[in-house]
This record gives sequence, C-alpha cells and structure tokens, in this order.
Amino acid sequence: MDDILEILEGNARISLEDLAKLTGKNKKDIEKAIKDYEKKGVIVRYKTIINKGKIKNGSGVIALIEVRIAPQKDVGFDAVAERIYKFPEVKSCYLLSGTYDLLLTVEGKDINTVASFVAEKLAPLSSVRGAVTHFMLKKYKVDGVILSQKEKNERLAITY
Amino acid sequence: MIAKHIEKLAPSGIRQFFDLVLGMPEVISLGVGEPDFVTPWRIREKAITALEEGMTSYTSNKGLFVLRKAITDFFVKKYSLSYDPEEEILITVGGSEALDLALRAIIEPGDKVIVVSPHFVAYPALTEIAGGRVLSLLTSEENGFKIDLKILKNLIKEDPKAIILNNPCNPTGTTYNASELMKIWNVVATKKTIVISDEVYDELNYEGKPTPFASLSKEAKKRTILVNGFSKAFAMTGFRLGYACANKEIISAMTKIHSFAIMCAPIVSQIAGCEALRAQKEVADMRVEYKRRRALIVKELNRLGLSLKKPQGAFDCFPSLKKYKISSLDFAKRLLFEEKVAVVPGKAFGNEYDSYIRISYATDFEELKEAVVRIGRFLAKLSK
Repeated sequence: MDDILEILEGNARISLEDLAKLTGKNKKDIEKAIKDYEKKGVIVRYKTIINKGKIKNGSGVIALIEVRIAPQKDVGFDAVAERIYKFPEVKSCYLLSGTYDLLLTVEGKDINTVASFVAEKLAPLSSVRGAVTHFMLKKYKVDGVILSQKEKNERLAITY
Repeated sequence: MIAKHIEKLAPSGIRQFFDLVLGMPEVISLGVGEPDFVTPWRIREKAITALEEGMTSYTSNKGLFVLRKAITDFFVKKYSLSYDPEEEILITVGGSEALDLALRAIIEPGDKVIVVSPHFVAYPALTEIAGGRVLSLLTSEENGFKIDLKILKNLIKEDPKAIILNNPCNPTGTTYNASELMKIWNVVATKKTIVISDEVYDELNYEGKPTPFASLSKEAKKRTILVNGFSKAFAMTGFRLGYACANKEIISAMTKIHSFAIMCAPIVSQIAGCEALRAQKEVADMRVEYKRRRALIVKELNRLGLSLKKPQGAFDCFPSLKKYKISSLDFAKRLLFEEKVAVVPGKAFGNEYDSYIRISYATDFEELKEAVVRIGRFLAKLSK
C-alpha cells in the first residue's frame, strides 16, 4: 500500500505538513494524491473510533446478526443484500461463506429497538430464511485498536 | 579494593548526566538506545506458551539446537552464508555478551584492538577488561564517519589482534556496502587480525541490502567473529538474546567462558528467538516506520541548521555542534534543563567527538515533532 494511505489509515487527522515530513514527498503532491484517492473511492471516509463505553449514555446496543437468505435469480445475493443494508440501523453488511450468508452489524438505542428491527423489518423479507441475533457484550479491539488502556512499560529515558 | 583497570573505566561525566536524565520527570528522550516498539505479539505469545508448557530449565551451553539451526537457515536464505549449527554458533545473553566473550577468548594482556570511533561505548571498555589495548581509529564527519583506509593501513602495521567493526554503526548510522567492506578486508587480510563484526543493526538498513563481513570471502569468514542479536530489529531488548558465529575453534573457546560465567541464555528467550526469525513481516513494518522517522528527523534537524550526515542504518543520527562552540555535555545538560529533551553527549562515543550529540529516532512521531520544536527553540537561544 502507498505510504500515504498507510499513514492515513492509522491517523486520518494527520496534517499535510506531517505527511510530507514522514514520506519525504512535497505537500502539493500529497494533496493531489489524496484528492485522487478520494475521487476514485479508494479513500471512502475519514472516521473516528470512539470508545463509547467511556461516555455517559454513549453506548447503545449493538448486535451481530447472521442472516440466511435465498438468492434471487440473475441478481444472486446482491439484490437481497441491498434491500437489507439500506436500512439505516444496519451499520455494516458482509457476504460470507459458510453456514449463513450475510453478517450484519446493527445498532439501536436499546434491546427493544434491535428486536423490533429484526422482527418487523428483517425477518418478514421474503428472501430471508432465518436470522440469528447475537448481542454484543464488550468491545476489546476495534479496527486494529485495542480499547483497554493498560499501564505502559516505560523504557529507561537514556541508554546506549 | 577495586581492581585498578576496572576503577578507571567509568566515563564519570556522562554517568552523572545519565543520572540527571533518569531523575527528571516528563523528559522527551531522544537518548534511548532501544526500539520504542513492544516485541511483536507472535514472539511474546511463543514465550508465554513456553512458560505454560514448563520450559524453565537450562539449555545446552551453546543454546537450543533449534535456534542455532534457525539462525543457520536464516543466514543461508538471506545471505548465502553458512555456519554449522553444531559447532559454529553460540547463543548468548544479548549481543553484548557475545562481544565480551569474543574479546576475552582471543585477547592476551597487551594485545592491541582497533576500535573505530565514534564507537559503541562497550568496545573500549570490554577490550580493556579483557586486558587489551585500544588503538583508536578515528573517523570524521567529512568522510561520512567511514574508515579512512590510509589510517587503517597505518594501524594495521602495529599487528593488532583484532578490529571491531560496527555495521550499521551506533551512534552515526553509517553503513558499509560490500565493496567498501572488501577494501577494508584487503587491508586487514595482510595481517592475522581477527574481525569482530558487530552487526546487531543489520536488519535496520534503509538504503540497501546489508552485507555480513563474513560473506565477503572464505578467508574473511574464517577470520570473522560475527556478533548479532535480537534486541534491535526484533524489538526484544528485554529478552537479552544474542549470538556469535565464527569458526569452530573460536566458538569453542567462547563457549568455555560462557559455560563458566553464564551457563546459557534463558530458555524462554531462546524459544522466542526461534519465532522472531520467522517474523519478517513484523520486522519490515518496524523498518518502514523507522525510515519515516529518519526522513522527519534528518529534514528537521537540517532545517534547524544542525549539520548532519544522513544515517543509512540503525536508529540514531550524530549531528555536529561545531558552530555553537559548546561541549557536548554542556549542550546536553542545558537542553535537558531548559527544554526537557534528553540526548546523549557525543563524548560518550569517544573523547574526540565532544562537538556532537547522538539523537535517537526510536521515539514516536508526536514526541519527535515536539522534541524538534524544543530543540529549535534551544538552538535559537544558543545562536544569540
């Protein structure tokens, strides 16, 4: 992966100036490269990872839902997936191999919200053959970032 | 009470400075000689498993055969350089122990050892502990801190027992390529001098492929004690794991001392070391990160007007203070007190280098950036 993308993936808020320092490229070239990536949809969005467990009333309910679906003629899974991922409650949607087809991440303010999404919106779809809902209890690691902050081992400040 | 040759060892001014740094809170330290990365998880996980499985015994003096074999395979694959894992490799407690053993195994009282300066602090000290006499081979900034063959030819006339090379070099980051090493070997080969080649930073080489000294020729291999370790490239300083590769006779002598003094390197570290040699992706990732920081620090220090050769390896640079007319210790002390940034005075790496400081970029980006701001402020004050 390009240096610029790699650095941005770790820190989307890094300044052009710092990017220039780290990559040895000049700011104008970097700015242009980033614009290109944005245009081509390589860079989709700049996102912040928030540890909602640390905010008062910050954490709603998250569920991972395994969905078994009947693929439709000509369009396969894609059309069904589209029906499902367009619901704003669905935060992510993946097609998987294995015992079920789609894996959804669904967020709601409480269990009832998620339950009614499943019962009223997801399950009634004709191509949905079954759904298993797993409520998330705790997040340990998100997008490569470990959320718990343990005490860091400090190096000696000066050594040879 | 203390033996005279030990008593005179300590570079006292520098030691006091180190104590000052260690006693001061909230310092941004660019004085650290170890990676800021934690050991990659796959390596730590192996160590944990080893403990769970009850791997808590001694190993053979030379170290676990699987590790010696893994080192052999690693060198063959990477450099087509082959050592017999039975008789030509010794696992040590860090590269430092390997250096110590190498010197003690070959030096007799009064033997001369060429130390290329600026040098890692342990070289002259270990030479003297072993009863040897240091012949300093000074290098200069103008020459990229590389060995001047004319000086080497002169020193070789004195029939030194050994020469210690450090490639890439701490503190300067200077790295030698194959043809430069060959020129050095051609001079050394005229005598019976043994080359102790400290290659502990070999994986942290940003410009090209590293060349082990022993890979130059059959004859060079016979006369080389290759010293390496896991501390730097694999971020395993606390595991204390290193090794030496050399001919059977030398390894056997080194093993003798090692078996009496240390017995063996810790078994858990040795098991972790086997995994480390497989962690090439992790090492590559760290190398990329160091390379980025190197770009930052070189560019920024140049912008601040510090004269600086671009280091090609390791994670240090060695800028000059000549234009400020200040000793390295005074500079380091004032920078510490006035801006809370720690660097190592150049004097630590040889008395002749009192107008240099060592700056380590094994520190995260945000801290490096802040340190540069503070150094800039300090230099502005100095220039007034």
